[in-house]
Amino acid sequence: MENEETFNWLDPFSSVDLGIADSADGVKQWAISNRDVIQPIKQVFNELVVAIDTSLNAVPPTLMLILLVLIAWQAAGSRTAIIVGVALTCLGLLSPDAWGLAMTTLAIVIAAVVVCFVIGLPLGILAAKNDTFEKMLRPVLDTMQTIPAFVYLVPVVMLVGIGNVSGVIVTIIFALPPLIRLTSLGIRGVNPSVVEAARAFGASPRQILFKVELPLATPTILAGVNQTIMLSLSMVVIASMISVKGLGNEVLRAMGRLDAGKAIVGGLGIVILAIVLDRISQGMGQSGRERGHRHWWQGGPVGLALRMTGPKNETTPPAAQATAKPET
Amino acid sequence: MTKETDEAVIRCDGVWKIFGGRADQALQAVQQQGLSKEETRDQYDCVVGVRDASFEVRRGEIFCIMGLSGSGKSTLIRHINRLIEPTAGAIYIEGRNINEMSQKDLRQLRAEKIGMVFQSMALMPHRTVLENVAFSQEVRGHSVKERNANAMRAIHSVELDGWESKYPDELSGGMQQRVGLARAIAADPSILLMDEPFSALDPLIRRQLQDTFMALSAEMKKTTLFITHDLDEAIRIGDRIAIMKDGVLVQIGTPEDIVTNPADDYVADFVAGISKLELVSAGKIMEPVASYEQRRGNADMTGWPEAHPEQSLDDLLNLSIATQHPIVVKIDGRPLGVVTKNALLRGIKGGADDTGAAA
Ligand SMILES: Nc1ncnc2c1ncn2[C@@H]1O[C@H](COP(=O)(O)OP(=O)(O)O)[C@@H](O)[C@H]1O
Ligand SMILES: [Mg+2]
Repeated sequence: MENEETFNWLDPFSSVDLGIADSADGVKQWAISNRDVIQPIKQVFNELVVAIDTSLNAVPPTLMLILLVLIAWQAAGSRTAIIVGVALTCLGLLSPDAWGLAMTTLAIVIAAVVVCFVIGLPLGILAAKNDTFEKMLRPVLDTMQTIPAFVYLVPVVMLVGIGNVSGVIVTIIFALPPLIRLTSLGIRGVNPSVVEAARAFGASPRQILFKVELPLATPTILAGVNQTIMLSLSMVVIASMISVKGLGNEVLRAMGRLDAGKAIVGGLGIVILAIVLDRISQGMGQSGRERGHRHWWQGGPVGLALRMTGPKNETTPPAAQATAKPET
Repeated sequence: MTKETDEAVIRCDGVWKIFGGRADQALQAVQQQGLSKEETRDQYDCVVGVRDASFEVRRGEIFCIMGLSGSGKSTLIRHINRLIEPTAGAIYIEGRNINEMSQKDLRQLRAEKIGMVFQSMALMPHRTVLENVAFSQEVRGHSVKERNANAMRAIHSVELDGWESKYPDELSGGMQQRVGLARAIAADPSILLMDEPFSALDPLIRRQLQDTFMALSAEMKKTTLFITHDLDEAIRIGDRIAIMKDGVLVQIGTPEDIVTNPADDYVADFVAGISKLELVSAGKIMEPVASYEQRRGNADMTGWPEAHPEQSLDDLLNLSIATQHPIVVKIDGRPLGVVTKNALLRGIKGGADDTGAAA
């Protein structure tokens, strides 16, 4: 503003400097002066991520593969279990260390998705209940999804330094929005006459949320979780730039060395992991109606085990047998 | 508390409901200048849902509100358990003004005193029949054992035994509405609110559910507010009927009152197609003996068929077929009035007034 006299109407912007870049730089100063506060918090979270990583890597690959196949069977049925089994075998065969790298990446994704869920679900519920909040939140979410990751990479690194924690934070910024959006959408989409009935029978707002809205919005919310998982995976290469290990780091290093073979191993590994996580989380998102109203423990390996070991208690017959007879 | 409020389980006192952002201004304008529904919409961007509705439902009574769709029936019934707040007026349940109740008391009232049945059924698709029926007791925190026992009793009374562990989408429409009915009576409330409960069902099933409901109702003696757009249904079910038009209760009375003395052309149009045979009684169409004798001279009534004032036109018709004589209406053997063939025909056609109804 000080060069008022040289203000040029034809090119006004070159002579005006509001100092946005400078004030953003101030964040750095703030971060440096608050290092003592930030570092211990960072330490705790880092240890958590490392703990997930080491425990995933501690399980022998064969056992882990069987476990993941069983989870897929439980969540999404036997067909998906076969796909998951084949995909994971391919992943392991890609290269001798592909499995370990994939587990490290999985650890980061799990950490990011858990934090997204913890933050995203309450925000999504608030957005569903409050139109003003939703209106204010929408541009923020748009920004989070569209702003190039490199823009917030630098400030995040300045705040907390490189490493797993920054990697998780960067991933959350990108992967959180769909969970919030779909939670809100799911709750808003619940049949209003069912909510009215719950109110008419004396349910409190809290009971309506937990007994009616959340259960009915679950398929939509799980679709949001699925989106969040996918977006988290798509961030692993960028996260590896701030020293996050795993498959993304392989791709990054291969790019640096123009090593096509390594790049393919890393890239295919990410794709296979994506397929596996997508199928499992989509299976969980099926509504009870699509599954013929069986509880999750009535099907899959758990159901099988229960039927074989448990006492002979009758289970709910499958929907096919229970089709309503027409009223006489 | 006065005697009337003791008697009236539900009482609406000048209830107005105007939807829209400027409801209060619109209310003033409507009350002072008598704006019509369309004028209110154009000038204030508000919709008048209910216009000055006052009525009482007595203990054990079935009170029907009949009106075309959009006349404000659903809006009015939702005031009774305060799902909607009135713009003006008050609603009393057993003498208590529910608009002054705390949210906590209100929830207790809804769960324990008032059962509601919806046209859309509004069952919870993720809950079994049993869990749906037990819902109001569940939110009150009753034990599983207790609420399931009550729910099973309700399921039994709507003849759905064996279906309790099914989900709503495994049931036919008629059965779903039975579940809706069971859910409403499970906590044994003293009041039932029914918003076009059978309208979405096809005629045969509707008839069955009406029968089930009337049998239950006779047994349970619940005070019922029943909404319908079908006058036949209102007459079949209701002890008293209110006719609603554009948010206004234009006439309240017994089915016989409404059919024989419609308050205006609108009601008259409605009742024109209704058969009077079962509804209208001899007392309504007879001519007093004195006036008959003035007209026709002293009558020798030996051999004339005899009827009681309460007997329906249907009965009179049967008596009349067997003879040429008019029918004499008697109480305790004393002749009260005479029904001539012409009067009977006019009564069936709906012109009871011409003959001069007895006092
Ligand atoms: N929430 C609402 N907001 C605005 N107008 C409404 C609302 N609910 C009902 N109305 C209007 O009030 C009138 C009465 O509706 P309703 O009570 O549903 O009629 P009915 O049940 O007799 O068919 C209609 O004109 C309807 O459009
Ligand atoms: Mg309605």
